[in-house]
Amino acid sequence: MLTSTRASAPERSPKRRRIVSASLWTLPYFPIAILLCVLIIPGLFADFIAPHGAQEMNMQARLQPPVFFGGTWEYILGTDRLGRCILSRTMHGAWYAMSISATGIIVGVTIGTTLGLLAGYARGWVDTLVMRLVDITLALPAILLALALAAMYGPSFKSVITVVAFVLWAYFARQVRAEVLVLRERDFVARAKVAGVSHVKILLRHILPNVLNTIVVLATLQVGIVISLEASLSFLGIGIPRPTPTWGILVADGRQLIVSAWWISFFPGLAILLTVLSINLLGDWLRDRLDPKTRPM
Amino acid sequence: MKRYILIRLLESLAAIFVITVLVFALTHMSGSPVDALLPQDATQEQIDALVSAWGLDQSLPRQYLSFLGNALQGDFGDSLKWRGYSAMGVVADRLPQTLYLGGIAVAISVVVALPLGVMAAMRKGGKLDKAAQLFSLFGQSIPQFWFAILLIWFFAVALQLLPTSGSGSWQHVILPAIAMAWFQIAALSRLTRSAMLEVLDAEYVKLARVKGVSETRVVWVHALRNAAVVPLTYFGVLAGSVLTGSVTIETVFSWPGLGWVAIEAIRARDFPVVQAVVVIFALIYIVCNFLVDILNAYIDPRVRA
Repeated sequence: MLTSTRASAPERSPKRRRIVSASLWTLPYFPIAILLCVLIIPGLFADFIAPHGAQEMNMQARLQPPVFFGGTWEYILGTDRLGRCILSRTMHGAWYAMSISATGIIVGVTIGTTLGLLAGYARGWVDTLVMRLVDITLALPAILLALALAAMYGPSFKSVITVVAFVLWAYFARQVRAEVLVLRERDFVARAKVAGVSHVKILLRHILPNVLNTIVVLATLQVGIVISLEASLSFLGIGIPRPTPTWGILVADGRQLIVSAWWISFFPGLAILLTVLSINLLGDWLRDRLDPKTRPM
Repeated sequence: MKRYILIRLLESLAAIFVITVLVFALTHMSGSPVDALLPQDATQEQIDALVSAWGLDQSLPRQYLSFLGNALQGDFGDSLKWRGYSAMGVVADRLPQTLYLGGIAVAISVVVALPLGVMAAMRKGGKLDKAAQLFSLFGQSIPQFWFAILLIWFFAVALQLLPTSGSGSWQHVILPAIAMAWFQIAALSRLTRSAMLEVLDAEYVKLARVKGVSETRVVWVHALRNAAVVPLTYFGVLAGSVLTGSVTIETVFSWPGLGWVAIEAIRARDFPVVQAVVVIFALIYIVCNFLVDILNAYIDPRVRA
């Protein structure tokens, strides 16, 4: 779990484990390429590369099929009921998938890490309280909170972030606490204490850097889950409010028209599938590199 | 064992308590509960009746207690959307449909995933194993609502084999059940496979082989019985996935269960019904997990420690 230290040398703050020590050959290029094409490049540059605006309507070109199914090159993936370009909307959707999941993960990870650090370092009643909260959180499906929030506030950006943070914080708190319990017994922490370093400084300067790797890996593994969670909530009308072109909303737009215009739902859904699939593949790869024990046999 | 059960029971009660506080807090956080719980055109008498029934003129802790008292009796007020029904009445009316769909989905996933996981473990690295891995990777990555729409498009529209939505006949349940089972099969088969791989290596399995027990019997009787403990742990998670799935799947297929009711109620701002659904969902989920944990501790003494 931790780096080995030479018996003779006095123990120092352990060097951070290197996550990506792979040679260029073993990188999972395929998932990375898909992720770049579907999520990252469209997400960052939709305004420049999308052929049309996300909400730009063209009543003359309503419900046009994709180019290879009798449509035109003007609208490569076809248009919806209002003549909006599916390709452009899906590209803009990538930005929302990225920004919403990033915000949710940052909020959830910050809360979880802070509480995990406190619980593991302070022990005692703080630890008991935090761990009980973790147990209770893990005992409740996220959909309950999502339903309750949506009923009170309607679909909103805030409630999606709240649900995502609620789902994530407990995992991070538990993991960080477990690592801190080990780290706080290490010599470098004891020395810092003897040297009169304050608790806050010990936590931030000596313990936090050592759990950072775990946090980053755990967060990467959660991105796929968060993106599908956000898409499901938006699809159900209890996530991001319309007319924001998130992928979930785009799929919902075409649901009633699946008989006559399958492309409206198909392409945004395909974008979700490809994104989550490649993130899961990346996550598996990352997990294998870090801990060969968890590798599927 | 008794101590373990007691601790788990207390934890479950705490979780239920938190859910009731959450539901209570949400009614009070966004302005007056009168606005949330009564229709816009409520008369003064209705408002007065609600205020006295819920004790809204009293302090918050007292209000919570009376809310809890009402909730324990299954009283969440009257539905705003379905006039003439109580919120609990609407929930009780739709619950069997959700349990029916969820039950069939779980049955499908067990019937498919267990043999799939066992066979994948028997021929580790073989074609079936690779196919199963690919399947579970896709199963865990595909968005459930999108998969449901694709199923409708393929089986109901293109092939015209099954009805697109609604309920009534046995044909109606097939597509939603498959859509719900898909994700569970992916997870359950992976879990069974790794549990089987571990058990097939154990001494008593080798002993059974040495004694000349047939390979089929070794795998399906000796090994599976011991490996089954691991997938069993998963049934608690399964309960959650059925509940979550019921909301999306029922909405896509217009299946008249609890999940669909929840979404309809939210659209109509029918808060009493949403409250009732959330509390019942939480109750089902927590009870399922409690039972699974007890069963696990009963089978595997190591869990109790």
